[in-house]
Amino acid sequence: MSERIDVSIESKQPALPTDGKRHPNTCPRCDSHYRDDELQAALWVCAHCGHHFQMPARARVDHVADDGSWMEEAAEVRSDDPLGFFDLRPYAERLVEAELDTGLGEAIVVGQCAIGGHGCELAIMDFKFMGGSMGSAVGEKFSRACDSAVERGVPLVSVSASGGARMQEGILSLMQLPKTVAAVEDLRDAGSPFISVMTHPTTAGVLASFATLGDVTLAEPGALMLFAGPRVVQQTTREKLPDDFGLSESNLRLGHVDAVVARAELPFVLTRLLGLFANGA
Amino acid sequence: MAREAELRLRERLGKLRSMRLLGGTGLQGELERLERQLELMQAEPTAEEIWRSVKLARHEDRPYTLDYVGRLFEDFFELHGDRAQGDDAAIVAGLGRFGGRTAVVLGHQKGRDLKERTARNFGMAYPEGYRKAMRAMELADRHRFPVITLVDTPGAYPGVVAEEHGQGGAIAASQAAMLRLTVPTVACIIGEGGSGGAIAIAAADRVLMQENSIYSVISPEGCAAILWRDASQARKAAEAFKPDAAHCLELGVIDAIVPEPEGGAHTDPDEAARFLGEELREALEELEGIPGDELRRRRRARFRSLGVYA
Repeated sequence: MSERIDVSIESKQPALPTDGKRHPNTCPRCDSHYRDDELQAALWVCAHCGHHFQMPARARVDHVADDGSWMEEAAEVRSDDPLGFFDLRPYAERLVEAELDTGLGEAIVVGQCAIGGHGCELAIMDFKFMGGSMGSAVGEKFSRACDSAVERGVPLVSVSASGGARMQEGILSLMQLPKTVAAVEDLRDAGSPFISVMTHPTTAGVLASFATLGDVTLAEPGALMLFAGPRVVQQTTREKLPDDFGLSESNLRLGHVDAVVARAELPFVLTRLLGLFANGA
Repeated sequence: MAREAELRLRERLGKLRSMRLLGGTGLQGELERLERQLELMQAEPTAEEIWRSVKLARHEDRPYTLDYVGRLFEDFFELHGDRAQGDDAAIVAGLGRFGGRTAVVLGHQKGRDLKERTARNFGMAYPEGYRKAMRAMELADRHRFPVITLVDTPGAYPGVVAEEHGQGGAIAASQAAMLRLTVPTVACIIGEGGSGGAIAIAAADRVLMQENSIYSVISPEGCAAILWRDASQARKAAEAFKPDAAHCLELGVIDAIVPEPEGGAHTDPDEAARFLGEELREALEELEGIPGDELRRRRRARFRSLGVYA
C-alpha cells in the first residue's frame, strides 16, 4: 500500500483546473493524481484516501465475474430518438458520441456470469455514457436481464451508477421506472434473489425504481444516493445540508442500505450472499 | 397502442350513432364527448398549444383531487396517516362509493389559498404520502375494491427530511405495490404529472389524461435549466419533450384523453367532473370480470412494453 502512495505523490500534478473542472484522474477528496494505468490497477480507488472513482462497466464485469464466465446479452439494443429531441445538440449526436467515448452501446451492460462459482445474471451501469441516464434502451436491457435470470432460475446482481431518467426521451424515460419495477416484481414472483449494488451516483429515476428494490442492497463508500440532487434540495429548501447528506454512510445509518462495501471486497461479499441464497433453495 | 384506442373509440362511436337514429336523447352528450375524444386523438398539438396545456395544467383555479372526489364519490371517508411517521396532506386517500360501489380513491392534493397550499406542500409529497397511498392500495386489494388515483403534482418533495425518510425507495415501493394489486386500477393525470412523484401512483391498468394536463419526466423549467442552462427556456424545453396528452397517447403512455370544457377544466368544474366520471366508469367497466392475477399480468406487461429503442 505504501508503495502506491509513493507513486501517487510522484505523479501528483497540480492538475490545475483551467476551466473550473478537475482532471478526472485527480482525487476530489485529497488531490492525489494518477495515471490511467495506476487507477486501473487500483480498481479506480484512491490509494491515498480510499476515494472511489467511477468505474467503467466492462472493468466492473472483469472485477466481479469469474474468469471466462461472462457472456453478454442484448448487446445489440441501442437507443432511438422517438421525440427527435434537440437541445443545444441533437440527441442522436450525443448518443453516437457516448458510444465512441465509452465503447458501449448503452449506459448498461447485461449478461450471464458466475461469481465465486454461483451462476447469476449481471446488470452493470456506466456513468460515462450520458451520465448513466435511463432511457428506453436501458430499461429494456435491464428488463431482459430480469427475464434471463428468471429463465435460468438464477439471482440477479445489479450495479447502478446513474443521474436518473434520460430527459431526451421525455415521458418514455419516466415509463422506464414502472417498466424496471415490473420486471423486478416478475423476478420476485419467480423466486430469484436480487442483489442491488449502488455506486456513485445513484439518484432520481434509478434510485426511485429498481435500485432500491433489492432483496439485499449494498452501497460503495461515499456514493451519493438521493432522489433529488443536493443542488435542487439546497435551492428548494435553503436548508443547510448535513455534511454526509445522501452519502452511503448516512443511508446506512438511516436504514436505507444493508451494508457499505469497499470495491475490492465486492466480489467476496457477493460470493457470500449468493452462497447464502443458494443454500435456502 | 394509440391505434388500438382509436379503433375502440370508433367502434363505440359507430354503435352510438346508430342508436341515435332510434331517438335516444340522453345519448347526445355521450356522442359529443366521444367525438371530441376522437378529435383530440388525431390532433398534432403545436408548440403554442403545448405551452397552453402547461399553463392550464397549473392554473390556480383548476379543480384538484378533492374537487372531483366531492362531485364523483358518495360517502367519501378520508383515511389519514402512513401508520409509521405521519400524515402527509399532499396526498389524500379514502373510501367512497363510485357508481354505487365501494372504491379506494387517492390522489395528490394542492391547496387553494396560501395557508392550504403550505399545509399541502403544493401537492409535493414526502415518502409518508406514498406510504399512505400504499396502505390504501393494499387495503383495496384485501377487500376487492377497485383503485382510482388522481395525479396532480409538480413532483415529489426535494427536501432534506424527505430524502432522509427514503424518498427514492418510497416511490419505487409504491410502484411495486401498485404492480402487485389484483384489483382493477385506473389512474388519471388531472393537472401536473410531475415525474417520479406522479408515476408512484400511476402504474395502473388504465391510464387517462385530461385534455389540458401534462405528464413529464422533468418540469419544463428543470429541463431547461439542465439542458439549456437557463430555466427561462422552459417553453422551448416543453416543445422538445412534449408533455401534452396527445403526444403521450401517441407514444402509448396513456390509453385515452379525457375531454375538458372549452377553455379548460376550471371554467366549469361540474362539467369537467362529469366527463372525468364517465371515463373512469368506462375504464372500470372494461376491466370488470378479468381475474385478479390476469389483471396483474396484463398491467405488468403493459408497462414492460413501454419504450422505443433500436
